[in-house]
Amino acid sequence: MELHELNISSVRQLLLKREITSFDLTQVLLQRIEKFDGKIGAFITIDKERALEQAKKADEDIANNNISVLTGIPIALKDLLCTKGIKTTCGSKILDNFIPQYDGTVVSKLKKNGAVIIGKTNLDEFAMGSSTENSSYQITRNPWNKDHVPGGSSGGSAAAVTAGFCCAALGSDTGGSIRQPASHCSVVGLKPTYGRVSRFGLVSYGSSLDQIGPITKDVKDAALLMNVISGNDKMDSTSAKIDVPDFSRAFDQFEKNSLKGMTAGIPKEYLSVEGIDPDVEKVFNEAKKSLESLGVTIREISLPHTDYVVAAYYIIAPCEASSNLARFDGVKYGFRDRSTDDLIEMYKKTKSKGFGPEVQRRIMIGTFALSAGYYDAYYGRASQVRTLIMEDFSRAFETCDFILSPVAPTPAFKIGENIDDPLTMYLTDIFTLSANMAGIPGISVPAGYSAKGLPIGIQMMAKRFDEMTLLRAGYGFEQTIKLGVRCEL
Amino acid sequence: MKISKNEVENIAHLARLKLDDLQKEKMAEQLSHILQYVDKLKDINVESVKPSSGAAFMNNVLRDDQLQESPGPGVTLANAPERDEDFYIVPKTIK
Repeated sequence: MELHELNISSVRQLLLKREITSFDLTQVLLQRIEKFDGKIGAFITIDKERALEQAKKADEDIANNNISVLTGIPIALKDLLCTKGIKTTCGSKILDNFIPQYDGTVVSKLKKNGAVIIGKTNLDEFAMGSSTENSSYQITRNPWNKDHVPGGSSGGSAAAVTAGFCCAALGSDTGGSIRQPASHCSVVGLKPTYGRVSRFGLVSYGSSLDQIGPITKDVKDAALLMNVISGNDKMDSTSAKIDVPDFSRAFDQFEKNSLKGMTAGIPKEYLSVEGIDPDVEKVFNEAKKSLESLGVTIREISLPHTDYVVAAYYIIAPCEASSNLARFDGVKYGFRDRSTDDLIEMYKKTKSKGFGPEVQRRIMIGTFALSAGYYDAYYGRASQVRTLIMEDFSRAFETCDFILSPVAPTPAFKIGENIDDPLTMYLTDIFTLSANMAGIPGISVPAGYSAKGLPIGIQMMAKRFDEMTLLRAGYGFEQTIKLGVRCEL
Repeated sequence: MKISKNEVENIAHLARLKLDDLQKEKMAEQLSHILQYVDKLKDINVESVKPSSGAAFMNNVLRDDQLQESPGPGVTLANAPERDEDFYIVPKTIK
């Protein structure tokens, strides 16, 4: 294997054995980005100088035996995470010149553990989208087939990991934005339980839905990053005061007992969803068999409100977005339109010139659904349906340890295919939205390929704060199917 | 639900967005399309169902006041598009 293909654990071993230096590794990756990212478009900002400085520092630390979990490991960050002194655009022109004065909590934790921040990755503007086509800067292409989208909204992070531009990346997931691009790019994506990871320094989109999580080359790396980023934080009052287990212990258990005794539930409503691609179905059925061969019992379960998830989500998320994005008013940060001397006009022109079409659409839906006369019928009702969705899951987990499903109904679609049809794009989120609505964790693990060679993943969801089960089952699955296909750029 | 161009204008004002005529028409069409789909929520009986605003632990997070150093206006105002020392500048509001 070449350096850029290695996962965190292998790189760490080479670093600790002094067989490579972080400086050389970082330089190899930067050269690779320079050579290939023109075709992919994974990065908005590459922080060459600072990355090499951090790498040099990591090498000194290793020489002095002052070694942390991520010392010298190059990691990319979705450009929605605030990085002190490094431009953070959220994929939007409205934040084209925004330089955070502080690091988000996850960024501080990565740095404290020795990580090298290699750059900031592309995304759908403010994480609103499922294809990374809504970025105001560039589209990102799927490294597996450049005519196709990488998924979204963390499409830049997923593409960067699969293209070997970094050892791992962080993304954020409001309705599938980690899991779906991970599936489309054949990498592992974990959305933690709501409250597991501090959101401080993550630019808010849907505050009751957003979670930061790892996008990695394998399941073990996801556990490793979870160990670093999890935990209560006084800067985020919604971060849970609950003990964080050592996630790497999920794999000790696996070696000993395989997955015997575990039960996976398959929601019968998911199988009758319209428009599931035959290739996705085929990969899903094979995955089911692999898990059975590991000793997992498969049973049918029911999530009766599945048919209402997309409708409820596309009210709740835009409502929260319309409120959160009100802050971009041309006064405190970012772009300001200077063509008027009237305050209200200044707000309006700033927002309309600064935000792209999808963001404006969601602000409009949210503003409408929260407006006098419509609040009860839309936001109120959607919040009640959210309760019903949460209850569906609580009931389901009484009879299974995790829920098994596809990640998306189809493999990555072609660039431009859905861009003018927002509703069709929203409907592709059917399998991932529920985890955010219910606040439960979900993982996407590579499972196979379509006939045309596009990656397809499977999703597992578990009870709140039971990421352990996902890592254990995900690891078992990964070890069993052993996908050996390489992504050539 | 169908949204008219007039309603789009009203919502855009509330949202502080400025749309031109063509955008208003397209927005009316797209919002109507989305809201017609969302209207399926009306088919569910939600009587006596409590709304959920999120999945966080629903306890208050309180602590005693603590004296801490402020980052100061140099930091907080660093990204302001227009400022005068420690103040944001906005277009004149009282005329």
